[in-house]
Amino acid sequence: MEVDQLQRSFLEYTNSLFREGFLDGQFGQLQLLQDESNPEFVFEVVSLFFEDSERILNDLTLALDQQNVDFKKIDAHVHQFKGSSSSIGAQRVRNACIAFRNFCEGQNVEACRRCLQQVKQEYLLVKTKLEALLRLEQQILAAGGVIPMLDS
Amino acid sequence: MLVHIIPDLLSVKTRELFLKNKAAELDREMGLIRTQEETGRHVRMLTHEIRSTLDRHTILKTTLVELGRTLGLEECALWMPTRSGLELQLSYTLRHQNPVGFTVPIQLPVINQVFNTSRAVKISPNSPVARLRPVGKYMPGEVVAVRVPLLHLNNFQIHDWPELSTKRYALMVLMLPSDSARQWHVHELELVEVVADQVAVALSHAAILEESMRARDLLMEQNVALDLARREAETAVQTELMPEQRLMVETILKSSNLLATLINDVLDLSRLKMALNLIKPIASVKRLYVTLSMSPDLPEYSVGDEKRLMQVLLNVVGNAVKFTKEGGISIAAFVAKSDSLRDPEPLNFFPIPSDNHFYLRIEVKDTGSGINPQDIPKLFMKFVQSQPLAAKNSGGSGLGLAICKRFVNLMEGHIWIESEGLGRGATAIFIVKLGIPGRLNESKLQFVHKVPGNQVKPNFSGLKVVVMDDNSVGRMVTKGLLVHLGCDVLAVASGEDCVRAVSQEHKVVFLDVSIPGVDSFEVAVRIHEKFSKRPDRPIIVALTGNTDRTTKENCLRVGMKGVILKPVSLDKMRNVLSDLLEHGYLSESQ
Repeated sequence: MEVDQLQRSFLEYTNSLFREGFLDGQFGQLQLLQDESNPEFVFEVVSLFFEDSERILNDLTLALDQQNVDFKKIDAHVHQFKGSSSSIGAQRVRNACIAFRNFCEGQNVEACRRCLQQVKQEYLLVKTKLEALLRLEQQILAAGGVIPMLDS
Repeated sequence: MLVHIIPDLLSVKTRELFLKNKAAELDREMGLIRTQEETGRHVRMLTHEIRSTLDRHTILKTTLVELGRTLGLEECALWMPTRSGLELQLSYTLRHQNPVGFTVPIQLPVINQVFNTSRAVKISPNSPVARLRPVGKYMPGEVVAVRVPLLHLNNFQIHDWPELSTKRYALMVLMLPSDSARQWHVHELELVEVVADQVAVALSHAAILEESMRARDLLMEQNVALDLARREAETAVQTELMPEQRLMVETILKSSNLLATLINDVLDLSRLKMALNLIKPIASVKRLYVTLSMSPDLPEYSVGDEKRLMQVLLNVVGNAVKFTKEGGISIAAFVAKSDSLRDPEPLNFFPIPSDNHFYLRIEVKDTGSGINPQDIPKLFMKFVQSQPLAAKNSGGSGLGLAICKRFVNLMEGHIWIESEGLGRGATAIFIVKLGIPGRLNESKLQFVHKVPGNQVKPNFSGLKVVVMDDNSVGRMVTKGLLVHLGCDVLAVASGEDCVRAVSQEHKVVFLDVSIPGVDSFEVAVRIHEKFSKRPDRPIIVALTGNTDRTTKENCLRVGMKGVILKPVSLDKMRNVLSDLLEHGYLSESQ
């Protein structure tokens, strides 16, 4: 495909992710940090986010399956998740984490399990979108183009 | 003789039994009538309640609660159709506090059966829409379901079912208590049908109102943007625009780019008094006093965007006047100092004045209707009406404060509102950064379009810093930011590692203070102890995900020079380092 077309698809896709609230301004900041001296920055941060998130989600699932649920530990995990999703601009995941923490305070196991489902869902959604975005970036680079900057 | 007595005795007994039965039957009927009367009363009350509110959520919640009480239900639930129309989503239940998106496909035979009639229908407790209680060893009570017609507002298309009309319904499911012999009575079913109709009417009113408010807000936003744009254009061109020119300018300037830039011009602070002349007539009509006090240490002239500062001031004062019925408004303007610990909402960074800039702080205090502290965060969000519905003539678009916040942010400041609660008045406070004329690097004072942060690129290359954050993603991002600005960054994950790794060469240490279970303030103290000689001490700056008074107090107490709210943007980090530089805490590296 032509480099222009790829770049246009990339911009449209990114804009749609912002519009739909999957990503917020912070993701734009990450893209600003990618330059010649750090050409893979976004890919590295996003990959780290995926690894980190999957680990946290596993830990949360295990923790909620226990006989005696340790709400403090769960809150700490969710706090971590909120922090990492917020650092990367994954707005909907972050919001789901905030709601989750409120229920942790209430110490309601059923509600927490439902929150975990919500958070998992949002994470999987944003993961798919980010993977698609990164693939587009790779395609642009492979075709010899540069990744276009967005106006915030 | 006995032979004659027994039949008589028998007939007496029979009659006695007959009378007893009759009496019992009458009792039952009396009880039934009384119940029906009571239920009738409950329905009237319920109807009154749900029709008196225009808030969809309240309507539905009240309905479920009242029905549960009146009919003694074990569970009562409402399923709403999703936007696609292909599924029903569990939206409200009486017992479980917050259902999260349980869905069933809408094309189930039981659902079709209920949607095809306006009567309440008995359904099996095993059907998917009735499985709302946890599984257990009990006999589930009888379940009825009834449709609730929804006003068809959006133009969504259902492609696949030509036989169903385009009417949308919600599904209300009501369950009698389990392990009881109770059965649904005819009058109870009738009550349910009546309530379902009332709910439908109430919801349609609420929906119409929501839609019209949204349309009005959209129009208002467009008007505001156009108005601003037109005035900018007219000023630049210095004459009245011809109609075609105006049209062109409006079309081009419709995009919000113009709202994002600032015009730096000489600002005469005594003109703040002028703003009052606009407000005083309105205030006097309401018999409210308006006072202005300007601190003597305010400079006479400063550099900044006068128009936007005026707009923020007028908006804030206007709001104060609008929501005050008696008493008045006091406005105070003074130079902001960084020792204002009394602020419940701390700034992202302490307002440290420098030789070239100072921070103007304006407080607008009113004796008006006050605000519930829980509603305060919503005030600055677009279109959210936080006023209770009782205050029906709020009239505003809900946009003014959102725009004020944007302008104040552009002026590198902060705006917030404090109130002790409803009826206790409110104080709106904003702080903005203004330049001191004659001392700025840029000598041009005309229309300089300055996008904050991008003009002057200070030199941070080689600046050695440490970042402590236990969150790997956050750590990588903060490190990336600082590397991009030219710093030489060491990133660590724990307080221990941090104290060990900090050396005399490091000039700044960024500590995340929002980690639960970790006392980062102790880390700060230990770092200070490690470098007992002042000149060599690295500056410590806090990174935090939450802002509250205790955090800010603790930061100051351990001698931190700043607090940054996560997530950190490139501009914010650049400004922080610049401010540290300007204030003399850092010397420019070679």
